[in-house]
Amino acid sequence: MHALEKIMAKASGKASVSPGEIVMAKIDFAEINDLYLQTIYSFYEMGGKRVWDKDRVAFVFDHYAPSPTMEAARNHAEMRAFAKENHLTYHFDIPCGVCHQVMPESGLIYPGMIVVATDSHTTTHGAFGAMGTGVGATDMACILITGELWMRVPKIMRIRLEGEPPAGVFAKDVILDVIGKLRADGAVYMGVEFAGSYVDSLGVSERMVLCNMALEMGAKTAYIQPNQQVIDYVRDRAVRPFEVMTTDPGFHYAEEHVFELDHLAPQLAFPSSVDNVYPLKKGEGIKIDQGLIGTCTGGRAEDIAVAARILKGRKIADWVRLIVIPASREVLQVCMERHEIQDLIDAGATIASPGCGPCLGAHEGVLSANEVCITASNRNFPGRMGSTDSRLYLASPASVASSVLNGVITDPREYLKDGNGRESGGNA
Amino acid sequence: MMTKKLHGNAVLLGKNIDTDQIYPGRYLALVEPKEVAKHCLEGIDESVRKRASGNILVAGTNFGCGSSREHAVIALLNAGIQAVVAGSFARIFFRNAINLGLPVMICPGVSQHIADDDELSVDLQSGKIYDITKKTELTSEPLGDYVLHIVEAGGIKPLIRKNMERRKIEGENKETVHGNTR
Repeated sequence: MHALEKIMAKASGKASVSPGEIVMAKIDFAEINDLYLQTIYSFYEMGGKRVWDKDRVAFVFDHYAPSPTMEAARNHAEMRAFAKENHLTYHFDIPCGVCHQVMPESGLIYPGMIVVATDSHTTTHGAFGAMGTGVGATDMACILITGELWMRVPKIMRIRLEGEPPAGVFAKDVILDVIGKLRADGAVYMGVEFAGSYVDSLGVSERMVLCNMALEMGAKTAYIQPNQQVIDYVRDRAVRPFEVMTTDPGFHYAEEHVFELDHLAPQLAFPSSVDNVYPLKKGEGIKIDQGLIGTCTGGRAEDIAVAARILKGRKIADWVRLIVIPASREVLQVCMERHEIQDLIDAGATIASPGCGPCLGAHEGVLSANEVCITASNRNFPGRMGSTDSRLYLASPASVASSVLNGVITDPREYLKDGNGRESGGNA
Repeated sequence: MMTKKLHGNAVLLGKNIDTDQIYPGRYLALVEPKEVAKHCLEGIDESVRKRASGNILVAGTNFGCGSSREHAVIALLNAGIQAVVAGSFARIFFRNAINLGLPVMICPGVSQHIADDDELSVDLQSGKIYDITKKTELTSEPLGDYVLHIVEAGGIKPLIRKNMERRKIEGENKETVHGNTR
């Protein structure tokens, strides 16, 4: 069996499972974000009284933190009341940050578990050897009542990433290249495992980027076999004992794809789909109005560090806004201690409070018609960040930083000549 | 719901229709279904939106990709969309649709066989899609036993309610407290 199948078998009390089989899996942790008040409504509509386990459910206020509208404020108020009434052990209110960053930091994510959240990017937690998948509000309400979710055991695709990309080329560039080639529907309903020499050496932050964006190929879940860096990160934080699952030798993958990264260049997803990917060179010189560094894809300490490295002592172009949103309070504090937030403010950045920011068009930097934004986030769908007549380019945080500096899309490599494509000293 | 036959015109869409197009993120704080329905398909274009009500969406692969927002299904249901027939569906959208009772049919290649505005008749029971304009017939993929189980119960909400009711009765019969702890 594959490690993911072992996780599903364990959760459903079976000795083994195979692709296509429907199992009823016990959920180790369930998270609801602040878009999904419907979860509570569905919970009561189905006759729910109390959540099944107060230690295994939490709200994270991230998409609307702090609340931009009265409707969002009402969502928060009703969710706070529900959390209190159910005596939930964990509650992450507006200062905390994006759920996919906050949960691992809080030790709620560990190898071998199943985490389900009302957010499509829950695939992120494959970075920790966990199985993560997203659901809608009513599925989540079922979990809150029963502690279980029906799932189809997915076929597994292995993506082998081999070699070492040049300096200035990051995990975000790697995954954009992969999605560009396998397409937005390339992994619909599949489990996606990332492996290979590049992945083996990656730290937590970069593993999270790969697993996060696997969803943009339609993946049900993602997985990377934990290495020592991951185990060290989790061991210091995990709220429960955990078991690392491993894939049996000779496991037969439904599909396998190999990417050689030694000569990869920075990548750019052009409007308006995530698989519309070309080398960034093709977009060089396109004038931009805004840059965004943040979100569950590109708002970690490593991302802010590389932006600060590029922008320190310089000024962004005078027609451009740069919005920097640390993915969590912990990330914000790490970056403040390292003086990076100060460097970014000096360069002309606007710092917003930890959360999802304008990624989904909610607040903190939405776009007007005809505006162009280069963003370290994960989606460039029409109207995703505001007007349907705005245009979004997806890139690495380094590419966003070099682009706002010049006011036009710019290759970051000229600013990162020393060192490889990895920022050290991060805190995931 | 599955015994019903549906009748309407095809509203043809492309592939990878994401949930931001079906229901833009700026309206996610809304909960009231009638309010949600007002913004249905607002991210595509005005003409599609006007024609969609009472009709059947026909799309390419990966319909409903992107965000997990259940609002997308709530919007389609309450805007009077009868069904969605697509080459394939994104996983979360498909689950949401089944859970809430929006008829969804997987029919590979459907967007090549049906033209915009063709008159359609859809038999949910047999999975057959009749293109009355072209006088052709297509067959969608079977939904699978467990999904049918949910659909036949009228969605996940009645199913869970029924299960809870049953558990409560079993609990009372056994005179144990396991049925409803905490």
